[in-house]
Amino acid sequence: MFREIYYAVLEFLRTFGALQLFFLRLLQHSPSILFRRFGLVVKQVHNAGALSIVIIMVCGLFVGGVLGLQGYSNLARFNAEDSVGTFAAFALIKELGPVITALLFAGRAGTALASEIGLMKATDQLSAMEMMAVNPMRRILVPRFLGGVISMPLLAAVFSTIGLFGAHLVGVNLLGVDVGAFWQQIQQTLDMADIYEGVVKSVVFGVVASLLAVWEGYNAIPTAEGVGRATTRTVVITAIAVLFFDFLITAIVL
Amino acid sequence: MQQTRAVELGTGLFVLLGIGALFFLTTQTTGGNDFSASETVEVEARFENVGSLKRRAPVSMAGVTIGRIVTVEFDPATLEAVVVFIIDSKYDQIPDDSDASILTAGLLGSQYIALQPGGSETFLENGSEIMFTQSAIVLENLIGKYLFNRESGSDDE
Repeated sequence: MFREIYYAVLEFLRTFGALQLFFLRLLQHSPSILFRRFGLVVKQVHNAGALSIVIIMVCGLFVGGVLGLQGYSNLARFNAEDSVGTFAAFALIKELGPVITALLFAGRAGTALASEIGLMKATDQLSAMEMMAVNPMRRILVPRFLGGVISMPLLAAVFSTIGLFGAHLVGVNLLGVDVGAFWQQIQQTLDMADIYEGVVKSVVFGVVASLLAVWEGYNAIPTAEGVGRATTRTVVITAIAVLFFDFLITAIVL
Repeated sequence: MQQTRAVELGTGLFVLLGIGALFFLTTQTTGGNDFSASETVEVEARFENVGSLKRRAPVSMAGVTIGRIVTVEFDPATLEAVVVFIIDSKYDQIPDDSDASILTAGLLGSQYIALQPGGSETFLENGSEIMFTQSAIVLENLIGKYLFNRESGSDDE
C-alpha cells in the first residue's frame, strides 16, 4: 500500500521534472526558430489561431450576451442596470476572456497538436526525421509551441472584445440600458491594470496550453489507443492547469 | 505556392484582428455615440458642483434621453464647472428658462442632467446658456447636514 503510493508520488515527480526540462528545451530553441524559421511559426499561428477564430468569436458573443442578461436581471434589483457594462467588462477582461479562451483553445487547437504529433510519432515520422539529421524538436515541436503562445493572447483579446459587444447587444439593444451610461461606466471603472491582468493571464495560459499539448503528443504511446489517450489527457490536464494558474495569478495580483 | 499565400493571408488577418481587439480594449474606444441625431443644438450650463458627471452621460427631459454631454470643464474665472451638451434639434421647443439639475440614476447609477421645463416663450437654440442650475447632490454633505440638524434639534428641547 505505502509502497504503491511511494512509487506513484515518485513517478509523478519524475514526470513533472521531465516536463520542466522539456519546457526549458523548448525555450532554448525558441529564439533561433523565431528569427530564422519564421515561416514555420506563421503556419502554426494559422493552425492554432486563425482557424480557431470562428469558435472564439461565436462563444465570445454568447458569453457576453449571457453576462448582459444575468447582470441586468440582478443589477435591476438595485436600480443599477447601467452598471451591466462594467460587470460584463470586468468579468470578460479579467476572468472569462482568458479562461474560456484557454479551454476552447485546448479543445480546438491543443487536441489537434497532440494528436498530430502523437500520430507522427506512431508512424515513425519523428524517428525518420532524426535519421535525416533533422531535429524534430526544432522542426516540429518548437514552431507548434510558439504558434500557440502567440495565438492565445490575441484570441483572448478577440474573445473579450466580442463578448463586450455581445453584452452591448443584449444590454443596450435588447434590454434598453442607456448606451452612454454603458460605455461611460466601463471607462470610469476599468483601469489599465485590469487589462494588463487579462493579458498576463492569457499569455501564461497560452504557454501552459501549448506546452501541455506538445508534451502529451510527444510522449504519447505510439499506438492508435495511445494517441487517443494523449488527446484526452491534453484537454483534461490543460483545463486543470489553466484553472489552477488562474487562481494563482488572481491571488498574486489582488 | 497558392496554399502558402492563403495561409499567410489568413494568419495576417488573424493577427491584425487580435491586435485590433487588444487596441480596442486598451483604449476603450467607445462605439458609443449612439445618440444619433443628425442635427443637434449645443447648449451650455454652469454648475457650482458637478459631482462625478462625465462626458457622454445622458441629458434627459421628463425621463426621456434627448441629448448627451459633450464636455465638462472648469472655468477658472468664475470658479464654476461648465458643462456643454447637445440636444437633438427636433426638440426645438424647450423653453430657454428651463432649469438643469444633476441627478443620479438609482442608488449606484451614474449621474445625468435632467431638464425641468420653464415657462418662457423663447426656446433653447445653438449656443444658449441655461441660467438656472442645481448642483449635484453630494451624499456626504447631505448626511452631514442631516446629522447637524438633528444635533441642533435636540438642543432645543
